This record gives sequence, C-alpha cells and structure tokens, in this order.
Amino acid sequence: MFGSIDPLLLLASLMVAATPIMLAAIGELVVERSGVLNLGVEGMMITGSIVGFIAAITTGSPWLGFIAAAFGGAAMAFLFGILTQFLMSNQVATGLALTLFGLGLAALMGQGYLGVKAPSFPDWHIPLLGDIPVIGPIVFQHDPMVYVGLAIVAGVWWFLKKTRAGLVLRAVGENHEAAHALGYHVVRTRLLAIMFGGACAGLGGAYLSIVRVPTYADGLTAGAGWIALAIVVFASWKPGRLLLGAYLFGGVTVLQLNLQAAGLPLLDVLPWILGLIAALILIGGVVVSRGLSRHLVRIVATFLGFAILVLGYRALGWSFNDQLWLSASPYIATIIVLVIISAGGAPGSLGKTFHASR
Amino acid sequence: MLRRTLLASAAGIAMSGAMLGGVALADGHDPVKVGFVFVGPIGDGGWTYEHNKGRLAVEAEFGDAVETVFVESVPEGPDAERVMTQMALEGADLIFTTSFGYMDPTINVAANFPDVSFEHATGYKQADNVSVYSARFYEGRAVQGHIAGQITESNIIGYIASFPIPEVIRGINAAYIHALEVNPDVEFKIIWAYTWFDPAKEAEAAAVLIEQGADVILQHTDSTAPQAAAAAANDAGATIYTFGQASDMPEFAPLPRVSSIIDDWAPYYIARTQAIIDGTWESTSTWDGIGPGMVGIGEISDAIPAEVKASAEDMIARLASGEYHAFTGPINKQDGSVWLAEGETASDYGDDGLAGMAFYVEGLTAEIPQ
Repeated sequence: MFGSIDPLLLLASLMVAATPIMLAAIGELVVERSGVLNLGVEGMMITGSIVGFIAAITTGSPWLGFIAAAFGGAAMAFLFGILTQFLMSNQVATGLALTLFGLGLAALMGQGYLGVKAPSFPDWHIPLLGDIPVIGPIVFQHDPMVYVGLAIVAGVWWFLKKTRAGLVLRAVGENHEAAHALGYHVVRTRLLAIMFGGACAGLGGAYLSIVRVPTYADGLTAGAGWIALAIVVFASWKPGRLLLGAYLFGGVTVLQLNLQAAGLPLLDVLPWILGLIAALILIGGVVVSRGLSRHLVRIVATFLGFAILVLGYRALGWSFNDQLWLSASPYIATIIVLVIISAGGAPGSLGKTFHASR
Repeated sequence: MLRRTLLASAAGIAMSGAMLGGVALADGHDPVKVGFVFVGPIGDGGWTYEHNKGRLAVEAEFGDAVETVFVESVPEGPDAERVMTQMALEGADLIFTTSFGYMDPTINVAANFPDVSFEHATGYKQADNVSVYSARFYEGRAVQGHIAGQITESNIIGYIASFPIPEVIRGINAAYIHALEVNPDVEFKIIWAYTWFDPAKEAEAAAVLIEQGADVILQHTDSTAPQAAAAAANDAGATIYTFGQASDMPEFAPLPRVSSIIDDWAPYYIARTQAIIDGTWESTSTWDGIGPGMVGIGEISDAIPAEVKASAEDMIARLASGEYHAFTGPINKQDGSVWLAEGETASDYGDDGLAGMAFYVEGLTAEIPQ
C-alpha cells in the first residue's frame, strides 16, 4: 500500500519536521494567552536561526548555539515589548515590522556565513527505549532538541494549568483591566511572556539552521513563522492541541514529499489516512473521556465522511493536483477544526493595548 | 483612535520602504540606471546569487556611468508588477526580471513604460521593449545525468524539481536520457517542491529521497540546503552525491557536490547595458549554452572515478562545439509516440520544440502535475 515509503521513517521524520514550528508556536501561544498578539514570529525565528548558527559555528557547540538563539529571539521580542507595552504602538503593525526588521538583520548578520556547514548534532539513541521495535525508532532516536521541544510544550501546559503564575498570566490575557484592578502587574507579565515567546521562536529558527537544513541561507525560515501563528489558532490556544496541530502541519509536509518520491497518487492513499485518523481519534477520545460523547462521534463521522467523499471523487476519475491540495490541507484543516469545535477561545484582551491610566 | 491609525499607517509606510530596500531615489537620467528584480535573496547561494554577481559585474565594468538597483525576494505575482512599476517610475532605463513567473507581469508593466527597456529571463513572451534571455541549462543537466547514471549504486536518482514549467521539465528529460544511456537500470524519483527557494523544504525533500533509496540527488531549486542535507547523511555513513545548481556551491566539494551547473550572466548583462548606453538596444531573444559560456560546468571533483570524469569532460567539449545536441533521436515521448527519429535533433521552437516542452520522455514513470 505504501510503496517505497517506510512508515517508521515517515513518522520519525514527521517529529523532526514539526519541531521548529512547534517551538515557535508554543512561544506564541504563551504570548497570546497573555493578551498580546505578536505577528513578528518569522522575524524572531530568522534572527534566532542566524544568531544560533553563528554561535554554534564560533564555539563549535550546537548547544551554545541554541542558548544564544534563545537570547537572540528574546532580545528581538524585548524590542517588540518596549514598543507595544511602554510606547503603546499598534501590536499588529509592530509585529509585521519586527518580521521585516528580523529578515533584514539576519541577512546582514549572515553575510559571512552563507554555505557554511553547521557543526554536527548527532541523534540520541536512547538506551533500552530506543531498541524497542517499531516505537523505538519513531520516538526514541532523535536529536535532543526534539525532546526539548516536547518538554517545553509539556512545561507550558503545566504552567498555564497548574501554577498560580500561569493563572495570573491567563487573567492578564482575558481581562487586563480586571487583572490590573486586582493588583497584578499587567505590563511586567506581558513583557515576560513576550520574551519567552521570542526565546522559543529563536530556538525554532536555530533548529532549522543547526539541525534541519543544516546551514544558513537568507530567508531560511520561508514562512515557518506564519505557519506557527496558524497553529496557535488551530490549537484554540491550548498546548495539547498545539502539539497535534504541529504534527499535522509537519506531517503533511513530510507525507507530501514521500508520496511524490514514491510516485503514489494521493487519491489512492487519502481514504486510508483519513480512516486511520478517525480510528485514532475514536480510540484516543474513548480512552481520555471514558466513553463516547456526541462531540467525538461528530468528529469521527466528519473524517469518515471525507474519506467517502474522496473515494467517490476517485471513482469519478477527475483530475486532481496532489501537491497543491496537500500544501493547502493544513489550512483547510484549521478552518474545519475551528468550525467543528466552534471554538473561538481567543483570550479576551488579545491584541488590545493596555495602559494603567485608564 | 486617530493616533493609532496614524501609527499603523506610519509603520505601513516604513514597511513598504523596507521592502524596497534596494531601490534608491532617482533624480534624472544620467547615469544610466539598471534595475534587477530577484526572486530569491541575493544570499541564496544559487540562482539569485549568480544574477547578483552579474549585476556587480555591470557596476565594476561601467563604474559611475551606470547605477544599479535591485529588489530581492519579490514574489511571482501581482506584487512583482508593483516592484517593476516602482523601478520604472524611479527612472530605471533597463530592467532585468530574473524568474519565469515574472513573464506576464513584465509584459504588463512594459506596456505602460514604452521608453523603458525590459529583459525577462527564461520566458518566451517578447514585445518591442521586452527582450527574453535564457541559458541552455539542459546541456548542463545532460552532463549531470551522464555522471549520475554511472556513479549511482542503488540505481535510484532523486530529483528535486521546482515548478512544472518547460524549463524544469526539459532539465528532467535531459538528465534522464543521459543517465539511461549509461545505465539501463536507472530510475528517477521526482519531487515537486512548488518553490524556487525554501531551504527547509528542499532539505526535507533531499532527506526523503535519501530515505527512499536515492544515492544521487539532482536539484532544480536555488538553495544549498539539499547539499547540506546530503553532507549530513554522508557524515552519518552514507555516500550521497549532489550537483551544484546555478552556482558552483564549492563549500560542499569534493563530496557530496561532485560537479555543478554555473550560470554566468555577467557578459550578457554588460553587453545589454552597453547597448542602452549606445542607444542600440532592441528587443531580442537570446538562448545560449555551454559553447558561448552562459552555462558553465563547475570543476568535476575527484570523488568520482577518473574514467567517468573523462567521459563527462568529453561530452562537455562536444556540447560546447555543437558537435553533439543534448536531445538527439531516437527519443520517444512518455506515451510511446515518436518525438525525435534516429539522428534527429530537437528544434528550439514549434509544437514539439524545447521552449514549450510539456511532456516526459519514455521511461520516466512519474506524471507531470497538472
């Protein structure tokens, strides 16, 4: 059924492909939960990618590269924070300007580093766990940053859900006036969130230049920051769903390339994939909610419905551009997911300017 | 509210200013002003990097008599028209638009500026003030296929293609025909990236091809990312060969990069600028290959066997002298119908000509995306 595609390698490379956008997205999620909309993710990512790359080349240590990238991204974000939180500039415009500034700055800094190879960053073959058949190669034989990314997502989930500071951050994001009236420091909270977001975006960018590509080129991020922004909305501002969204976006990219290389038409494979996803959601949902909710049935039915639609289309024998549809599919999925969960769920103060004098 | 709107629009203006970063303000028509519209960043290490080298060569040749301006990373679409219009309004006398996707925008803008000369790279639509120029990259691809077919051990050659346009299809056919000629078991795996420049995607495409068994990777996208991905695989114990695209990409020699196609635009750009200065510029169609030097073949590294290197060098010499044409029959189309009879060579234009090539040759198993 899958031709020359090795499903194990496919799933393993999915985790790698998803890591940069996942890192950038989890940072942006925290920023948006604090009520700030920073559209400068792309700019912070590319800055992180060049700063991290330079540091990794100079010191020969990829780890120091990642640390430098986090600081570089955070520094860019700090600039955004000063402009939007103290000088009251428009968040949308400042974020867009930050992207352009970051792209230019990175191109300038990267002048002497074009075509240079990054120091190698070997995969971890985790003992015992990595030797488990099937699961081992998929989950436990990656470079360390894949696990760092997952740990950050888990940490953010824990922070937002379980800690007092996380509650304050959410309160600031939902209603800054009320949080201010209760005596919480809105601007300080937001500034910290913005810098955390920048650090994560920087890590995501450095993952591209140090591990994924692994070299620096101008425009290296090529829109990854915008995908990260889409994932935050897809996830309706929840870390668990964000993980799912990042794997969906990353998975589609990898799947598309694999199908092409194997010469497999998407229409032959898509019904199987949709059926498989429906089955996984069904099993996962039943385990988590300990029963069949109407909501769950509706989601599963949607996937199966799509599978049947695809089978019908294939039976008609009409032409179909695999690559274009696959490239568009994460965005279509974002819209469908938003409709299904009719979420919204955006923090109440998202994108609004706060000033204590009001 | 008013203040916010003002801030927003100020930022908007600053943004558009930043996007046109390369464009300087013009005050008259002396010196001659030459504009360049680039599809990628000048630091891509490939396609745009070489065009920018051509621009720098123009500056070096004419000194203060010529002023050049450029805008990089211009999307292929309506935005390109905006950039070209801006350049023309700012007094450019000659504008080079250096990607296939700028074809219609160039024609549209040129119609509005009859006094400005335009040059579109790799297109086929001409007008009184629009020239077209391209290089016969397929000659270089033929050499790559010739080498690739002999060095592959898995008999699987991966090809990272950009967009399904004649230029790219021609390259795939040329490489396949010459790989098949030296290795009847060879198989091509083709990935369409739908981008000229996206290092992460190109690296992923290379990784996927390696995972699926390819040990030689050809690319028709502009970054060095596939080279880097192959180098990383080689560090991990594999032996993957790649070829430099558009630029020599010497950082990756001798392995994985074993040879390359180099675009040399400098002589053309200098000649066309000279024509503007002399007032002799007129609309032309230029399509040069290895012979006139528009296509160069980078140094063939010693990582490949000496006899392969020698036969490749022989082929380069025969292509350059015109003794051999990269598309010489018998060649059938993918559906089995005859394209070129025994000894017949492909014509440039016409129904089955090279310029509009939209079919695969026999033996390629993939389909061209619609």
